[in-house]
Amino acid sequence: MEKIRANLMLCAGTGCVASASMKVNEALRKELKKRGLEEEIKIVLTGCNGYCAEGPVMAVYPDEIFYQKLTVEDIPALVEEHFLKGRPYEKLMFKEPEKKTAIPRMKDIPFFKHQVLRVLRNKGLIDPEKIEEYIARDGYMAAAKALTQMTPEEIIKTVKDSGLRGRGGAGFPTGMKWEFASKVKSDIKYMLCNGDEGDPGAFMDRSVMEADPHSVIEGMIIGARAIGANHGFIYVRAEYPLAVKRLQLGIDQATEAGLLGKNILDTGFDFQLEIYLGAGAFVCGEETALMRSIEGKRGMPRPRPPFPAHKGLWDKPSVLNNVETLAQIAPIILNGSDWYRSLGTEKSSGTKVFALTGAISNVGLVEVPMGISLRTIIYDIGGGPTKGRKFKAVQLGGPSGGCIPESLLDIPVTYEDIMATGAIVGSGGMVVMDDKTCMVGTARFFLDFTADESCGKCVPCRVGTRILLDILTDITEGKGRESDLETLEDLSRDVLASSLCGLGQTAPNPVLTTLKYFRDEYESHIKQKWCKAGVCRNLTTFWIDEKLCKACGACLRACPSKAIVGEKKVPHKIIQELCVHCRSCYDACKFNSIKILPAGFEGDPYELLGAGTVDATKAEKKGDA
Amino acid sequence: MPRLTIDDLIRIKEKHKADFTLREGGYRAKVTVHMGTCGIAAGARNVMTALMDEITNAGITDVIVTTSGCAGLCAREPLATVEIMHQPPVKYGDLNEEKIRAIFREHIMGGNPVEKFALVVGSETTY
Repeated sequence: MEKIRANLMLCAGTGCVASASMKVNEALRKELKKRGLEEEIKIVLTGCNGYCAEGPVMAVYPDEIFYQKLTVEDIPALVEEHFLKGRPYEKLMFKEPEKKTAIPRMKDIPFFKHQVLRVLRNKGLIDPEKIEEYIARDGYMAAAKALTQMTPEEIIKTVKDSGLRGRGGAGFPTGMKWEFASKVKSDIKYMLCNGDEGDPGAFMDRSVMEADPHSVIEGMIIGARAIGANHGFIYVRAEYPLAVKRLQLGIDQATEAGLLGKNILDTGFDFQLEIYLGAGAFVCGEETALMRSIEGKRGMPRPRPPFPAHKGLWDKPSVLNNVETLAQIAPIILNGSDWYRSLGTEKSSGTKVFALTGAISNVGLVEVPMGISLRTIIYDIGGGPTKGRKFKAVQLGGPSGGCIPESLLDIPVTYEDIMATGAIVGSGGMVVMDDKTCMVGTARFFLDFTADESCGKCVPCRVGTRILLDILTDITEGKGRESDLETLEDLSRDVLASSLCGLGQTAPNPVLTTLKYFRDEYESHIKQKWCKAGVCRNLTTFWIDEKLCKACGACLRACPSKAIVGEKKVPHKIIQELCVHCRSCYDACKFNSIKILPAGFEGDPYELLGAGTVDATKAEKKGDA
Repeated sequence: MPRLTIDDLIRIKEKHKADFTLREGGYRAKVTVHMGTCGIAAGARNVMTALMDEITNAGITDVIVTTSGCAGLCAREPLATVEIMHQPPVKYGDLNEEKIRAIFREHIMGGNPVEKFALVVGSETTY
């Protein structure tokens, strides 16, 4: 055995692979070999590290130095400086946005500092394709404990006492689900895993399956033992190829090692696990639809009861748990329920993983204790909105969730508190929206999604979501009527109350929350024909405030339809007849001189904008001096 | 891979300990070989190779080796700093393969700093 003096943990998650981490890997190998370092420095390909926006990323141990945005060109210098001469290479380090000073160590970077890793305990620390590395981090010790030292009742009690709730979105207590299924007598039972992550902007489960597939498999073994199941399926959508590959590899390795299959660890317990590929229908994330899909039928929900704990897959008692829920199980069994409860709140214990995306500085995957405020997640970990933009709302829970405004950012992230706002914790998608986002357009986007994904079995969802979508489309196109708002509210409540499954029962949430917190935007769309964010093309007039214009020509160059005229030192003008309302000029202007006015506006812009004229006078004074 | 028993799980964990000591910390001693241009020119590479050879032969997993840049005392290169947890760090100078092997045996394994090679005791720790 040669002494290895450093481990380079290079991210090979989907995000980093997309930003060319495999090419970086090749270059690193080549360069290490060239420098004669290949036998003392080991490259380990890990699952998603979480800091996807800055990829490809790499952590260097034992120095704990974090490198980001690696390129093939930078590799020779990096290898020479850091790995040969021992001088960490500042160019590739994380830098604080304002101060530009480099932060070399991973644990000092704000994005990582505030996180508590339980589900993502092996994130960036192991090679997900090697079962030995999982075992080296106490892997399968919880399964061994559950199988040899605990009765099924004890397993269920531990999980119940931990307070763990389903991380798929609804938050049903996991231990109770297991208890129901364990009490039903049946020769065949099924342990199922829901990896059908379908919310726009959510990638928590994919990351867990890619970065630590064995943690899901181990959770399933323990669950199967608790309920008395000998067969299991992991339902994953086919559009997650890397997750499928690593899960299959994990199942093969575990089967070969006798951790799956017959007589696991010589305890006499059998558990066979298979992957079932879903075709990517959103409704198949609903438990009864998912089970029908595995049966080979069209994925459509059925009324409950009977609940799956009594009649599930092929009418046999079944338990379906989400990927993240299952990844929480092994540490709970090893460390006990009190340990799990040491984080979070009374009713929402433990940690939750969120996929932070949208108009935010640090896009990525974060795991935080429940009960932390939205503000901490967005500002301290996420680094706040993208530079120069203003926070408008955060969307939680995807198409089933809602938009939460700035005024509610201090509420703690628990199932109950988020529910009270009208949104849901959901599976953990967290999309940050800035002042360039139209909230009516956002509601329309989600309804477009749910109307499309509605399976069509029940009328309220099939027809209701379609009508909601049509009304929202009318409003964004300038055909809104004042009575629309009331219709939207009434119809939303009907769809919510009378739909068959979770899809329809939550689909109106994006409409209801935007109506509740951003009603003024709906009203200005309908009454003034004015989309203040400048998104709905029919509801805008772009106008250059001559008092603010520096005549720099940026808008002129950005305009695709040559609708802007002007020259040096002469304030620019938009020829309205030629304008296609694409907002390119607005995005290009560095002086905030392009204003968005209502459609067909002919009055005095200064009078309408009010606040805008304050800027104008300031600018004027500056110009005089 | 053959079928595993619970003892095998523990054995696999032990086998991978060296890698995870690097990644998770928890090492007993850390040796920093100064690998600036001056150090490399004076033979730091051979010193490091000899040290890693000793660690490999001893079969221990709780000692890590890292590199750093020039320590500022170029005339006394190759330099290395030995840090045993909770003890003052010791900087050694004018090293060669034999000296580092002796330091490994007496200081890192035996716990007694090799005073005749030591330049300074008790500068800043790096862990």
